[in-house]
Amino acid sequence: MRLTGRGLVDPDHPIAFSFDGQTYEGLRGDTLASALLANDVRLVGRSFKYHRPRGIWSAGSEEPNALVTIGEGVGQTPNVRATCQELYEGLLAQSQNHWPSLKRDAMAVNDLLSPFLSAGFYYKTFMWPRAFWETIYEPIIRRAAGLGALPGRPDTARYDKAWAHCDLLVIGAGPAGLMAALVAGRAGLDVILAEEDSRAGGRLLAEREEVDGMPGPQWVGSVLAELTELPNVRLMERTTVTGAYDQGTYGALERSGLHLSDPGDVPLETFWHIVARRAILAGGALERPIAFKDNDRPGIMAAGAVRAYLNRWGVSPGRSVAVFGNNDDAHRTAKDLGEAGVRVAAIIDSRSDVEIAGDAPVYTGAEVIGTSGRLGLSEIRVRHSGGERSIRTDCLAVSGGWNPSVHLTCHMNGRPVWREDIAAFVPADGAVPGLAAAGAAAGSFSTAGCLADGAKAGAEAAEALGRPAVKPDLPRAEDGAYAISPLWAVPGKGRAWLDLQNDVTVKDIKLSAQENFRSVEHMKRYTTQGMATDQGKNSNVAALAVLADATGRSIPQTGTTTFRPPYAPVSIAAMGAGSRSKGFAPERFTTSDKASRALGAPMIEARLWYRPSYFPHVGEKTWREACDREVGMVRSAVGVADVSTLGKIDIQGQDAAEFLDFVYTNTFSTLKPGRVRYGLMLREDGHVMDDGTTACLAENHYVMTTTTAAAGAVMRHLDFVHQAHRPKMDLRMVSVTEHWAQFAIAGPKARDLVNVVLDSPIDNDSFAFMSCAEVSVSGVPGRLFRISFSGEQGYEVAVPARYGEALFRLLLSQAAVLGGGPYGMEALNVLRIEKGFITHSEIHGRTTAFDIGMQRMISAKKDCIGKTAAARPGLIDEGREQLVGLKPAGPVRQLTAGAHLFDAEASATRENDQGYVTSVGYSPAFGTYLGLGFLKRGRARHGETVRLVDHLREIEALCEVCDPVFLDPEGERLRG
Amino acid sequence: MRIDCPLCGTRDRSEFTYQGHALALARPAPDAGEAAWDDYLHNRENPAGQTRDLWYHDPCGAWVEVQRNTVTHAVTGAVLAAEAKR
Repeated sequence: MRLTGRGLVDPDHPIAFSFDGQTYEGLRGDTLASALLANDVRLVGRSFKYHRPRGIWSAGSEEPNALVTIGEGVGQTPNVRATCQELYEGLLAQSQNHWPSLKRDAMAVNDLLSPFLSAGFYYKTFMWPRAFWETIYEPIIRRAAGLGALPGRPDTARYDKAWAHCDLLVIGAGPAGLMAALVAGRAGLDVILAEEDSRAGGRLLAEREEVDGMPGPQWVGSVLAELTELPNVRLMERTTVTGAYDQGTYGALERSGLHLSDPGDVPLETFWHIVARRAILAGGALERPIAFKDNDRPGIMAAGAVRAYLNRWGVSPGRSVAVFGNNDDAHRTAKDLGEAGVRVAAIIDSRSDVEIAGDAPVYTGAEVIGTSGRLGLSEIRVRHSGGERSIRTDCLAVSGGWNPSVHLTCHMNGRPVWREDIAAFVPADGAVPGLAAAGAAAGSFSTAGCLADGAKAGAEAAEALGRPAVKPDLPRAEDGAYAISPLWAVPGKGRAWLDLQNDVTVKDIKLSAQENFRSVEHMKRYTTQGMATDQGKNSNVAALAVLADATGRSIPQTGTTTFRPPYAPVSIAAMGAGSRSKGFAPERFTTSDKASRALGAPMIEARLWYRPSYFPHVGEKTWREACDREVGMVRSAVGVADVSTLGKIDIQGQDAAEFLDFVYTNTFSTLKPGRVRYGLMLREDGHVMDDGTTACLAENHYVMTTTTAAAGAVMRHLDFVHQAHRPKMDLRMVSVTEHWAQFAIAGPKARDLVNVVLDSPIDNDSFAFMSCAEVSVSGVPGRLFRISFSGEQGYEVAVPARYGEALFRLLLSQAAVLGGGPYGMEALNVLRIEKGFITHSEIHGRTTAFDIGMQRMISAKKDCIGKTAAARPGLIDEGREQLVGLKPAGPVRQLTAGAHLFDAEASATRENDQGYVTSVGYSPAFGTYLGLGFLKRGRARHGETVRLVDHLREIEALCEVCDPVFLDPEGERLRG
Repeated sequence: MRIDCPLCGTRDRSEFTYQGHALALARPAPDAGEAAWDDYLHNRENPAGQTRDLWYHDPCGAWVEVQRNTVTHAVTGAVLAAEAKR
């Protein structure tokens, strides 16, 4: 029921929304919860297990009951707390967990079956027959229990991730947080003030209190005005700090666009990583319930929430409200209701020694012992000194006291401390380094206490960061003592609810203790207490008090369960923002990328790079046809391939040659300017790390190439060897991979093509195999290398990357004149297999120089990385798997990489394994498949027949073992 | 996690590549013997408390020896590997 002229909502801005298909009207400033209550909608959902009718319990993010689905179709979001969802025009909300409808829920039969469904029922009740559990019982239970449903399709909405740094993070903008931010902000600290609510102020928005002679909200406004003027203070509303992590890192969820009917470009949610040198937890306190029989009906609410709806939103949750509590807060509720003209049906205080003024009927030393009303509260039953009586009321405000929001202080293993005087846990000092609690979060429950606490915490943070603060005049405010007499559960028969979301009762906790699940952690798992989306924010302390009582221990002895991040639910979409589809990794494109794609080349990934697989011609039906043609083209004319993705490391300095001798197995100090040498690099454990060519461009100036895959690892390795082992060596290294576009030109007509683009032509004698030089490429300073990865006469031309695309296009057009063209990775692979050249398929991290037949490349004359370890007996054992070539012995369907090798007569089982295949390709020159692989004692077995078996693809073939170099073993073609 | 790169200042952990214990800086002589090489290559303590390990700061190319605590996760110091004690 809306009370006109009250609250902070805007009566001039009505907002239409719908709930379960019916249209209602709320006001600007409403949450979905306040708007529903304003429209007298009390029943909003069904409980998780028993499908009991449930209403709104709280006015904040701790809400256990009022979970609804917002939106429809792809954009629908389940389990949204109605108390956090701001109202917007056209908002669509649906209740959850019922069938066929909220009011007539067939699943409510569970409630009648409750004697069979008590805590731990699934451990006992559905045990037989055993096979039924997975196929019948569990699916039925899962279907019956639940929350809202996901749309089942990918969420296309926008989410974001963001990072922020600050001197001081203030968590919560209530009286304590505002004062802390004000004091620290005035002292010049870089402050972030994060407030979960859409509006700063905390309880000052919910209470009728004066601060410094002004109504609470007005004082909040004046502080915000000053904070807004301070350029060093950032206010982040709608932002829940969700976790505390190492080194002052905090996670926070900003609901950036969830309050907008059309978010447009605004992300729905933003997940923040906030790094703060100091933090102040001013997150306030949460009101806790009192358990009594049937205390879960719609209309039974936290007393503080009733005041919040009344004072902030101008809504009375009932026409006649009764109040039940064990502390003075209950009376404050009755007073506010009375002033608002709402009928107070009764004030029930469990304490006997209190004096309560007012017109409403007062029962002291009394308890609520039961309620009735099928879909909402209609009557309560009260036991008092004079006996029992029933009172008609449609709303019951309950206060069992307040729990400081200690959660964040427990995220790094901290345990809260019990304070007997307020019957609550408070944060332990120093539980999170750099984080201090202030205000109600630290157990100061009066407004004056919060203001003083906040100011002190702000000043301490400023002091600690070397910016002493000026002591502020503290505003005048309410400073009442907090008087509470603990009451957790009203004794009596019937089900009294603790965890409203997971349907856990006082009886369940006692059963847990009775069955010896006495540890609080065991009790939690046995009963599911505190395991719902509210994580027991409302009920945990009461539950462990009941457990303490049942096990004859004190509450501190019983202890608490562990609070873990996140404090409030965080959608996976927000945490994973940006990380879907292409968002997982950056893409690297070569300068020839556009031209290659324009030719229809399918691209394959090589680490982050994209490289062309092949260049299809009209009429070619399979990749193999294109690949075979490209291989033939290179062997007969000329081919062009972009090899820019290979790592290029520029090394300069007077100790560069000596350094190369140390990182390569072979010697580079003898390499003359203008010459290139193949090098093999080991890891310190003696296995092959990488291979490639290094060119000596001038004295003390080298360019090393690495494989595409290992470019980053080799760079790190070189830096490590230099800085860790040879820090005094005079040299500098830098990756120039992206500086140069480099193209391989291979084939009998390679030189003809090279000479078309070179300003000064070369010939075979003056520029022999393994030469290099600085050249002029169509007027551009470039580099020329005579190296070959195909076995053909081969060159690589490099130009600065900005000329790459132009050179590629030029090379292709001129190649066409010579009967050549581009070739892709598939052809490149076949060409190198024919020549027995290795790639990371062979040097995959578990092979040694010995295995690949390069043992002799480890120079005896010098030390190098990996040399000592490579000499270990196990790494040079003749029985090791050694690199061999494989060619079909007779007709075969296919050879496959990954297949294993067996003796021809042996069965293809693991104990008979003789080796495996690493690379295969179809060679048009030989008219058959060729393979490379590793075979035990392989070098001694050339000519033997082995059996290739691919268990996965069900392929078998007999192969002849041979030398890995199939084509031109003398190297005449590449020297030609 | 954040690490103080001695060259660049405080940087996020995502800018670094982890390598393992700083023991890797003390490379034995080629003839130090099997036991020394075995320890160098393979044998590592797994301390609960202070440790020093190597991180590569990818943007600047510096190898950094980081002192940190495996229990509290506190990072207490960082020096260039080139200047670290062997």
